[in-house]
Amino acid sequence: MDPLVANTISLDQLPEAGRATVTGVEVPADPAARTLALRLLELGFVPGEQVHMVRVVHPSGEPLAVRLDHTTFALRRSEAVLIQVIPVA
Amino acid sequence: MAAQPQRIALLGNPNCGKTALFNLLTGSRQKVANYAGVTVERKEGIMRTAGGRRIQVLDLPGAYSLNALSNDEAVTRDVITGHSKEALPDLLVCVVDATNLRLHLRLVLEARQLGLPLVVVLNKMDRARQLGIVIDVERLARELDLPVVGTVSVHAHGADELRAVLDEPLREAPPAHWRQPGVEQVLATQRDVLGIFNRTVVQPAVDKDPSIRIDRFLMHPLWGFMVLGLVLFTTFLAVFSGGDVLSGWIEDAFGAIAGAVEAHMDEGLLRGLVVEGVIGGVGGVIVFLPQILILFLFILALEASGYLPRAAFLLDRPMSAAGLSGRSFIPLLSSFACAIPGIMATRTISHWRDRLTTILIAPLMACSARIPVYTLIVAAMFPNDALSASLVMVGLYVLGIVAAMTVAWVIKRSDKQASASPLLMELPAYQWPDVRSLVIGLWERAMIFLRRVGTIILALTIVMWALYTIPSPRSAQRGTPRSLAGELGHALHYVFAPIGFNEEISFALVPGMAAREVVVSALGTAYAMEGEEGDVDEQLRERITNEWPLATKLSLLLWMVFAPQCLSTFAVVKRETGSWRQMWIMGGYLFGLAYLASFITYQITNILTVP
Repeated sequence: MDPLVANTISLDQLPEAGRATVTGVEVPADPAARTLALRLLELGFVPGEQVHMVRVVHPSGEPLAVRLDHTTFALRRSEAVLIQVIPVA
Repeated sequence: MAAQPQRIALLGNPNCGKTALFNLLTGSRQKVANYAGVTVERKEGIMRTAGGRRIQVLDLPGAYSLNALSNDEAVTRDVITGHSKEALPDLLVCVVDATNLRLHLRLVLEARQLGLPLVVVLNKMDRARQLGIVIDVERLARELDLPVVGTVSVHAHGADELRAVLDEPLREAPPAHWRQPGVEQVLATQRDVLGIFNRTVVQPAVDKDPSIRIDRFLMHPLWGFMVLGLVLFTTFLAVFSGGDVLSGWIEDAFGAIAGAVEAHMDEGLLRGLVVEGVIGGVGGVIVFLPQILILFLFILALEASGYLPRAAFLLDRPMSAAGLSGRSFIPLLSSFACAIPGIMATRTISHWRDRLTTILIAPLMACSARIPVYTLIVAAMFPNDALSASLVMVGLYVLGIVAAMTVAWVIKRSDKQASASPLLMELPAYQWPDVRSLVIGLWERAMIFLRRVGTIILALTIVMWALYTIPSPRSAQRGTPRSLAGELGHALHYVFAPIGFNEEISFALVPGMAAREVVVSALGTAYAMEGEEGDVDEQLRERITNEWPLATKLSLLLWMVFAPQCLSTFAVVKRETGSWRQMWIMGGYLFGLAYLASFITYQITNILTVP
C-alpha cells in the first residue's frame, strides 16, 4: 500500500517504527470483544491520539508493542485489529 | 468542624507506584490477608499523619477502570462502590503517576462520581521533573475541584505533604452517581481528560523516556531472547549456588543445636522427639529458605524494574503455541519457588480458560520443595559425577516444563468454543526497584514460609516420628513387629510395587502429600539413621546408591516431577477456582501422569538392566 495515501488501516497493519493517528476503535457486538474495545478506549486509544509501533516481535505480526503518549502497551493482533489508524508519513 | 479521616483507601492504576507509597506510609505496620470470599490479596496498614494521628490505610488492587476486567479490578470496584463486606473508606486517595497523567487522570474523573471525599496524589514527581514534564498543580486542583499533592514514594520524606493533608477536615463530596459507562460516556470522559491535561501539563515535544530505546534492544527478536535466557540462567544459578552456601550455614547451626540438646538431655523418648522429630524435621525444611528467598528476590526485583512484563511479552508467541498467552509467564515463574504464590498470581489473568489452565499446570513447575528430593536421588545415582548429576537436574526441570506445555495444549484442544486469549498489558517504564518494597516483599515471603514450617511441617514431623516409634521402637530391625508407619508402608506398597517403590518409599510419600520437603527426612527416619543431620543425608545417599535398583531411582524421580503433592496446593486451587471439581481434576490428572510415567520408566528400565 502506498503509505502516502491517508487510508485508514487497522493498527496491526502498521509496520515496525511506523507512526500513526488513531481514528477510532471498532466496538463489536460480541460482549467479550465489546468489553475489550471499551478498555482500549479507556486506555486512551481515542481519535486524534498519536501511536508509535515500537516492536513487532515475530514475523507473524504479533505480539506488538505500541507507544501511546507516555505508555507502552503490548497487544496481540486480535486486539490491534480493533484500533483504526491513519499512518503518518 | 467536619471529621478528619480515620480510614483511607489508596486507589490507582497498576504501575502508579501505589504499593511503594503504601510501604512508605505504613512501613512494617501492615497486614496481608485475603478479601472475604475472594482471593485477591488485601493489604492494610496503619500510618501516622503529620499531626501524629494513627489512621488505617487500605491498599486496593490496581485498576485501570471501575469497568472491571480482572478479579483484581472487580474487588476494587466492589469495595469503593459499597458492594462488598468492607466498610467504605472515609477518604479515597487517588494515586496517579505524574509522568503518565494522560492515562491516569481518567480514573480520577471516574472516582469523582463515587460520592466519596477524594484526594489526588501526584506520585513520581521527581521522575516527571527529570523527563521535563511541568504540571501546574494549583490549576489541576482547581480544574478537578479536589486537593492535589505531590509525592515521591521512593524518598523517606516523599509523602510529607500527603501526611499533612490527611489532618484536614473531610470535604463534603457530591452524591454518588457512578454507573457502568458505555462507549459514549467513555469518549466524553476522555475528552474531559484531554481538556484538563492540555490546560495543566506541559511536556516536551520529544518523548525523553529512555524506556523506548531500552525496549528496542530488550524486545529485539534476537537480542531480547538472548538477554532473557541470560537473566533466567543467572537467576537459577544464584538460587542453586548462593542458596547452597547459605543452606550450609543453616544446616551447621541446626546440627549444633541438636548436638547441644543431646548433650544436655537424658537418653529417651523425649530426647528422640526433640532431636529427631522437631530439630531434624524442622531444620531439614528451613534449609530451603535461602533458595526460596533468592528466587523471590530476583522475581520481585525483575518485576519492580519493569523487566518481567517484557519477558512475558517476548514469550507470548512461544506460549501461544501451547494455547496460553504471555500473561501466564509471571505466575509460572513464581511457581518455581512455590506453586501457591504462583497460583495466586494468576488472578491478573482476565481470561478464565487461560487462568484455569495456568492454575492446573503450575504444580508441574519444579518448586523449591522438590529440590531436596531431586538432589538426594540424583546424587545417589551419580556419586562421583557432578556433571551428569547437574544435567539430570536440568532435565527434570525441563521435563516439568514440557509436560506443562503439553497439558496446556491438550486443554486448549479440548475447548470447543476456544476464543483468542487476550494479551493487552502495559509495559511500564523501567525504573530502579524500590529497596523498601523489596525488603518488605521478601519479609512477607519469609514469614509465610516460616509460619508453614512452624505449623504444618512441625506437626507432620512429630506425627511421623510417633508413627515410626509406636508401638515398637523405631530402631527395631526387620523381623520384629512393625511400627504403625511400617504397617501403613506395607499396605501402600501394594499400590506402588508396580512402579518399583519399596515399603520405605511408599510410606515416605504419605507425609510428602502435605509437604514434599519432608520426604527426605521421612526416608531418613524409615531407614532409622542415627546422628547429625549431615551424617543422616550421607548415610541415606549411600544406602540408596547401594540398595535401590536404577529403575526405582528413576521411577521415584519421575514421580516427584508429576505427582500431586502438598495439600496446601490443593487448598489454594480450590479457593482460587471456587470449585472442588477443578481441584480433583488437577489431583487426578497429576496422579495419573505420575503413575503412568513412573510405571513405564520402571518397567522399561527393568527390562533393559535386569538380564
